[in-house]
Amino acid sequence: MARGSTFAGLFGRSPFKPMQEHMRTVKKCSAQVTKLFEALCEGDQKKVLAIKDKIFDLENEADKIKNQLRSHLPKSLFMPVDRRDLLEVLDLQDNIADTAQDIAGLLVARRMDVADGMRQPLMNLVRRCVDACDQAARIIERLDELVETGFRGPESESVIEMVDQLNNIESDTDQMGLELTQSLFAHEDDMNPVSVVFWHDLIEMIGELADYAEKVGNRLRLLLAR
Amino acid sequence: MDIIQNHGTIFVALAVIFGLYMTWGIGANDVANVMGTSVGSGAITVRTAIIIAAIFEFAGAALAGGHVTDTIRKGMVDADAIADAPEVLVFGMLAALLAAGIWLMIASSRGWPVSTTHSIVGAVVGFAVAALGMEAVHWDKITEIVLSWIVSPVLGGAIAFVLMLSIRKLILNADNPFASAKHWGPVYVFLVGFIIALVTLFKGLSPLKIHLSVAASFVIALIIGVIVAAIGYVLIQKVEVDEEADKDFHYASVEKVFVPMMLFTACAMAFAHGSNDVANGVGPMAAVVGLVKSGGEVAQKSDLPLWILVLGGIGIVIGLATYGFRVMRTIGSRITELTPTRGFCATMAAAATVVLASRTGMPVSTTHIAVGGVIGVGMARGIGAIDMRVIGGIVMSWIITLPIGGMLAALFYFTIRGIFST
Repeated sequence: MARGSTFAGLFGRSPFKPMQEHMRTVKKCSAQVTKLFEALCEGDQKKVLAIKDKIFDLENEADKIKNQLRSHLPKSLFMPVDRRDLLEVLDLQDNIADTAQDIAGLLVARRMDVADGMRQPLMNLVRRCVDACDQAARIIERLDELVETGFRGPESESVIEMVDQLNNIESDTDQMGLELTQSLFAHEDDMNPVSVVFWHDLIEMIGELADYAEKVGNRLRLLLAR
Repeated sequence: MDIIQNHGTIFVALAVIFGLYMTWGIGANDVANVMGTSVGSGAITVRTAIIIAAIFEFAGAALAGGHVTDTIRKGMVDADAIADAPEVLVFGMLAALLAAGIWLMIASSRGWPVSTTHSIVGAVVGFAVAALGMEAVHWDKITEIVLSWIVSPVLGGAIAFVLMLSIRKLILNADNPFASAKHWGPVYVFLVGFIIALVTLFKGLSPLKIHLSVAASFVIALIIGVIVAAIGYVLIQKVEVDEEADKDFHYASVEKVFVPMMLFTACAMAFAHGSNDVANGVGPMAAVVGLVKSGGEVAQKSDLPLWILVLGGIGIVIGLATYGFRVMRTIGSRITELTPTRGFCATMAAAATVVLASRTGMPVSTTHIAVGGVIGVGMARGIGAIDMRVIGGIVMSWIITLPIGGMLAALFYFTIRGIFST
């Protein structure tokens, strides 16, 4: 009898918990990137491989959550935020995991040696980019509170502040990316030209982690501004 | 005339059986819907919900159930049309009860969102048209009833929306939400007690033959409101900040303040449901009993015996105890998205709307109003996800329930007439 109760049927699955679950997985995934580069700097190719597997698994898991969430968001669902906006945030979150996967894939597909002078600026950039992802995750953790307060008031202001901080972190990574690129070109004569090209790509990819994290925050800011 | 005198006892017995069957169905299914918000938000357990429902459904039926019962038993059909053949009304009401009861059983076993109110209204109209013709139906009254089906969920939604905004402004967005919740909580509890009591008492309680002046109703409602608020205050003071839970969700402690408050809205909702929906089973039963008692005289002004309302209450409680708790458990486990603050707004709005409708004698659908309340909270951006397809389902159920209830009632009418007329 209770199967189709009018009343229970009214409640769709809230997308916000799965959104957070997805972001937590993405965060775990991006956190592995730091370890990945640490292993690379140590020249421990075995460890690089193991971490790559972990990143691929986590990316896979994030994909599953994403697809499940998408399939439970019928158009008839009425939510505190626009359905399209929500899906866009979800895609941006997912891009972080995808980027982490691309980075790990490249490091395994091609042997990428780190020049001595590049180590420090490289790790600086990686850590700061992962910081950006962590900040984005912290922002997504506040979705509960935003729903509770109807995306208005002091709660929303405090989240906007967090997005501001995220913007600052991303600016840091831009600067660090530039420094690393400079360091790369300083070593270009000692390096295989092909390596230089790939390192240049790789630096771009690392920066993308922070770019997507920033976009997650900015998309949410847009939601709050309305 | 003879038919009623010869078979009077059988008619009363049948009316009681069919009436109990109908109220059993209400208790088994409907009550679970109205208690769903309270159970789903985790404010009360299924066991508590059943105890509350048993007491307050009963109280609602006995104290405020009279107006709607009157509408169903004599407001929709023209008394003049049956003055010469009162047995028609006896057959008709029995047929209507049976039709509505059976249709409800079929529909709810299939999971269709039908309303007990719509079933019985459709059935009574169906029998009247079949037995007496179109002109025997008070179409102006029916129009009024149908309009109330549209207006009442919208009103419930609007009240819930305003409540949600007020809670957000006064509590959630305050500098110290927890302290604000404790401060304003008793005020909201007062509102629950005051509004329900005022609407119920306004100008007296006809089933109990208590007559009150407007001023007296006001004063008594005020006193009840204050008493309820005082109990609420004591319960709310006991709530303490849960720092561990707040780390995970900043408003966890605030929500905890609303848990004891939902106890009151649950009571109000059960009361409201009792005042409105018990009449669906009791109304036709009362009509039959009234006719038999008066020996077939169609008295438009006959009193509604209290024992019939009590019987309706008993039917509901049995329905709850035998089946309703299971439905409630299922619904409760599915409505996990409803936090206590949201549940409070939706339930309070629904309860107030239903009691108001009952007061004016409108047989409305409690479930639909509860849905309206939840959507109102959703419109205030308060709920993670509401599936709007339910609205389509509700509209569909209107379109289907009214003619089917009517046709079944007509069919049973001719059957029952065939049995007793020979």
